[in-house]
Amino acid sequence: MTVGLQPQPGVKFLGMPPFPEAARTALGDEQLRRNLGHATSTIRTKRLNAVSELADWEELRISGASIKDHTLAHLDDYLEQFAAAATAAGATVHWAADAEEACAIGVAIARQHQVDEVVKVKSMATQEIELNEALEAAGIDAWETDLAELIVQLGGDTPSHFLVPAIHRNRHEIAEIFTRRMGEVGRAAPDDLTADPARLAEAARLHLREKFLRAKVAFSGANFAVAETGTLVVVESEGNGRMCLTLPEVLVSVVGIEKIVPRFEDLEVFMQLLPRSSTAERMNPYTTMWTGVTPGDGPQEVHIILLDNGRTRALADRVGRQALRCIRCSACLNVCPVYERVGGHAYGSVYPGPIGAILNPLLHGVADEHDAALPFASSLCGACYEACPVAIDIPTVLIDQRAEAVREKASHVGPDPERVAMKAAAWVLDSPKRLRFAERIAIRLRGLIARIRWLPGMPGGWTRSRAVPPIPEQSFRDWWAQRASAEREREEPDGQP
Amino acid sequence: MDSRERVLAAVRSAIHEAGEPVVTRNHDTTLAGDPDLVELFVERVDDYRAEVHVIDEADLTLRIGEVLGAHKVNSLVVPADLDGAWLKTTHARLVHDSEEVTAADLEGIDAVVTGSAVAIALTGTIILDGGELQGRRLITLVPDLHVCVVRVDDIVGSVPEAVRRLNPTRPLTWISGPSATSDIELNRVEGVHGPRTLVVLVVR
Repeated sequence: MTVGLQPQPGVKFLGMPPFPEAARTALGDEQLRRNLGHATSTIRTKRLNAVSELADWEELRISGASIKDHTLAHLDDYLEQFAAAATAAGATVHWAADAEEACAIGVAIARQHQVDEVVKVKSMATQEIELNEALEAAGIDAWETDLAELIVQLGGDTPSHFLVPAIHRNRHEIAEIFTRRMGEVGRAAPDDLTADPARLAEAARLHLREKFLRAKVAFSGANFAVAETGTLVVVESEGNGRMCLTLPEVLVSVVGIEKIVPRFEDLEVFMQLLPRSSTAERMNPYTTMWTGVTPGDGPQEVHIILLDNGRTRALADRVGRQALRCIRCSACLNVCPVYERVGGHAYGSVYPGPIGAILNPLLHGVADEHDAALPFASSLCGACYEACPVAIDIPTVLIDQRAEAVREKASHVGPDPERVAMKAAAWVLDSPKRLRFAERIAIRLRGLIARIRWLPGMPGGWTRSRAVPPIPEQSFRDWWAQRASAEREREEPDGQP
Repeated sequence: MDSRERVLAAVRSAIHEAGEPVVTRNHDTTLAGDPDLVELFVERVDDYRAEVHVIDEADLTLRIGEVLGAHKVNSLVVPADLDGAWLKTTHARLVHDSEEVTAADLEGIDAVVTGSAVAIALTGTIILDGGELQGRRLITLVPDLHVCVVRVDDIVGSVPEAVRRLNPTRPLTWISGPSATSDIELNRVEGVHGPRTLVVLVVR
């Protein structure tokens, strides 16, 4: 039985097909594979350099993992402590059990201030709850201000990586999107815009500057929320975060309940783990930490929406709860051989890659075919576990979620061919006598089996990408018995010479 | 039951058998060896392609004037408490930070000069806390050039040493080089929304 609040299963990112089908399409896109291959190999090398500079990296990982585990085991106390501290510092704290509640709170705050647009700092939590869509439905434009998010938003596209959401676009595609779309929603791109990354960044600076200066209300997420002080932390590179967190009058931050760390001092661990794992830098260009309202400096009305939306479901899973340690660095995406080839869209979620393959089923359950397919989107090579700065054992959770998916299917699907085959195999393997009998039959038919190139029906899925293994002349047990009797004969000189 | 109660009840029911995970903190809190912190800080700031100079206290006013001149600064914002003596060598139009100064006003200002609270040698990071000589957060954000004065006594070796010096109730801004993005094919481009040029004056 699962405990906790659960969002509706089957809530899909973009109505995409399940992973195997989406992956097949993605693999056919050569431009995408080129962009991804270049980007992930660059960042992998950089990350290794950034990590190898710290002699105590393994100790930091253990500190990070154990602080998070401790926090999760006492999450009720720490959430209450956080809410009390933030409230005392002048913030208004809201609680949201699911996406719908969180969006309703956000929309109500924006409406109260009678704005028709808001600016946003890149945030996974607001994407997860589809806040932009909710604001849009209320007639409020939500402008993404992170360069990559801007590219995605203007391109009418969806993010494919958490750190570099437009990793699937190259510079020429970006220049084309800016030229075509910027003028429709604000300051147009310069007429002589080229695909030079510096020129593209300049175009974004000018386009967004007027929005920053005009905006009354901003939305953000948070990388960390400190229980003892009520402090929120946003880690970023471009300065769009500082703009959103400093200039508007009203700031609304949507914070997943797993973002809590107990003490301000704990940030000494995460402010080392996160930048080196994500952008592979010693430190990211800008980090903002704020505690409630500072009179005269920054937003004078500060809201915090604490979001569950499936996190307590994941928390109830003994094996899977470690996924809530995740600090969204994306190191696991960059080292994953599956992600590198299919990209983020195939996962059909704002959380792609290895962490997405466990987080989505943990948040929503595996009743939906999209979520049920994700634990299988892995070769179980373990590179993600090694790269993870908070040591999430993703392969173990994947296997556990696979079992969950199989159980879920069995609970409401009648006997299907796969289950019948597995049952039959279990029956044969259960008895030495039956196994020997099956082996003898297989050996007798080995000439015939060797000629099989494809199988019809369901087993055809297997032969499409694999050769049927050759059947040996002899079973292991026959060989062993023969070898043992030959040895006995050598040891007994009385026998045959 | 309101949402707060529902979320907390769901958390409690999820963790009732979670036990008592032990927190292990064996990471380093100081730098190994005894590196020259000023030298390391300068090297690391330079790696971010920021401009960095180590100067003597006596030369501070002169060097600020030189930097502002070299960057052709015509208008300048400074924190309300910044010592007028620092600015004797510049002819730029001067705005002192106050609650009346808006972001739109700052849009036309070329540069900002501030002090800083703490700096981290290992990562080349400067931390502002809105305290002495730092002003409100927006003045170091809107102008395109930030000249930041760092005192050698404020430089610590590691991230943990810095975190332990900070006051979390103040608004904190950690700055490591000029603003940057790697969003286009993972090429680092300096200067998106914050000051595109960062000049650090380390004062002995």
